[in-house]
Amino acid sequence: MAAVTVAPNDATTSVTSNEAPREGSPRRGRKQHLLDFTDWSKEEALALLDTSDVMAQVLTRTIKKVPALQGLTVATLFFEDSTRTRLSFDRAARAQSADVMSFAAGGSSLTKGESLRDTLRTLDQLQADLYVVRHPAAGVPHQLARWTNAAIVNAGDGRRAHPTQALLDAYTFRNRFGGNGAFEGRRLAIVGDIDHSRVARSNIELFTKLGAEVALAGPATLVPREFADLPGVTVSNRLEEAVEGAHAVMALRMQSERMTRGLIPSFAEYVARYQVTSEVIKLAHPDAIVMHPGPLVRDLEVASDVADGERSVIEQQVANGVPTRMAVLYTLLVGQR
Amino acid sequence: MKVPNISADHPNMTFKASLMSATELDRALKRVAHEIVERNKGIGNLALVGVHTRGVPVAERLADLLHKFEGTRPPVGKLDITLYRDDLTEIALQPIVRRTEVDFNVHGTRIVLCDDVLFTGRTTRAALDALIDMGRPASIQYAVIVDRGHRELPIRADYVGKNVPTSASEIVLVKLKEIDGSDAVELWERD
Repeated sequence: MAAVTVAPNDATTSVTSNEAPREGSPRRGRKQHLLDFTDWSKEEALALLDTSDVMAQVLTRTIKKVPALQGLTVATLFFEDSTRTRLSFDRAARAQSADVMSFAAGGSSLTKGESLRDTLRTLDQLQADLYVVRHPAAGVPHQLARWTNAAIVNAGDGRRAHPTQALLDAYTFRNRFGGNGAFEGRRLAIVGDIDHSRVARSNIELFTKLGAEVALAGPATLVPREFADLPGVTVSNRLEEAVEGAHAVMALRMQSERMTRGLIPSFAEYVARYQVTSEVIKLAHPDAIVMHPGPLVRDLEVASDVADGERSVIEQQVANGVPTRMAVLYTLLVGQR
Repeated sequence: MKVPNISADHPNMTFKASLMSATELDRALKRVAHEIVERNKGIGNLALVGVHTRGVPVAERLADLLHKFEGTRPPVGKLDITLYRDDLTEIALQPIVRRTEVDFNVHGTRIVLCDDVLFTGRTTRAALDALIDMGRPASIQYAVIVDRGHRELPIRADYVGKNVPTSASEIVLVKLKEIDGSDAVELWERD
């Protein structure tokens, strides 16, 4: 896929189809799926954040459960490993009294040669109302949306999109900077392996939609210049340039296979140039927060004292995954019939 | 809080009758406040909880009146019952969820739940569930401005501003100045 494409409508997919989306019941302009934020307006995205606030409050009550999704079934379909995302969706569904079915590709009929479409047909007979899908190939959630009448939430497809991670990041950002105006005139810096990152693509899409600027930094092999063509986005190979004045600094996971494939010379060189250290953070805005989507490799992407420091919101990001995903499930499942 | 003008928002309704004037509404609220004091022998350990949207100003006004009569103002909470509705997965339009703000400890407190109109009782059922999920109140009493009948659940109000017999096609609009600009209770008919 083109490096510059951020969650495109036509979904440069590894699974292609000429089928038109299946006719479903009219939703009165409401959203049926969260595949990425392309067809979500700024107002709709902000409404998700507002609903997240209400859900966060539910989670502070004595009984952390409401009956809103009683009688509905959420199926998690993970064709790729995940701990926090899957658990977070599971918790979000159960906190609203939905039933949850789990499907993991390993140990399923897929390993016996069943096609993706037949697997979905089988699962559809179990009457799930919403599928949470993670797949290593970009575009699979879009394809599944054409095959089922159930709602689809993309929990990560290839390097293309991971919209609920971006939503929880935006929610974490808004909690720090207050209100729906939190994004206007503020800047998010994203550091590291941008090119292979669905988290980066979704965050670029959502933060610029909400009115923030996004500054990208990393080795030229991992941060294609074409990203600078996106409105509100700047690209730099110098960490200091991106971090200066930024309101949030998000470090991405660096995988060792990037090194073996020759995209970075060595971890040591990466650390020397792109690790988020307390020195670099001094250049950021005085109220700046430090984010990381996890899993964090200590002292590689972020120095330990920064990851554990007062600016770090890494643990809050994980906690915020639950109310934001509750808001997504609620928004897609309520008022559909 | 943005709340649409209810009458302008329902063009398919015809005005039938005025049920209460602003003065009558005020008198009814004063009577209800006195009844609350009488039944509870004072207002110790008492709190008011208004159901979004129009139950909130009802609770605030009763709290003001109790302050005037008894010298202390009981705490007031706001309850959003959207997540507890029993028709959430059947309705066509998605209701906006608002914040529940109950800043006092519900446990062991005598709660007076407040709303504008008591109709089927389903909102009340949802409100009771929402309240009980926050703790174990000593008791829950229920105050409404209008009881219009047609209950679908075994629920009754302890304090009623006015009992109004209605037909199912009629609509009772309680207008409150905090939200609607002026006070009035009106009977409308669906066309």
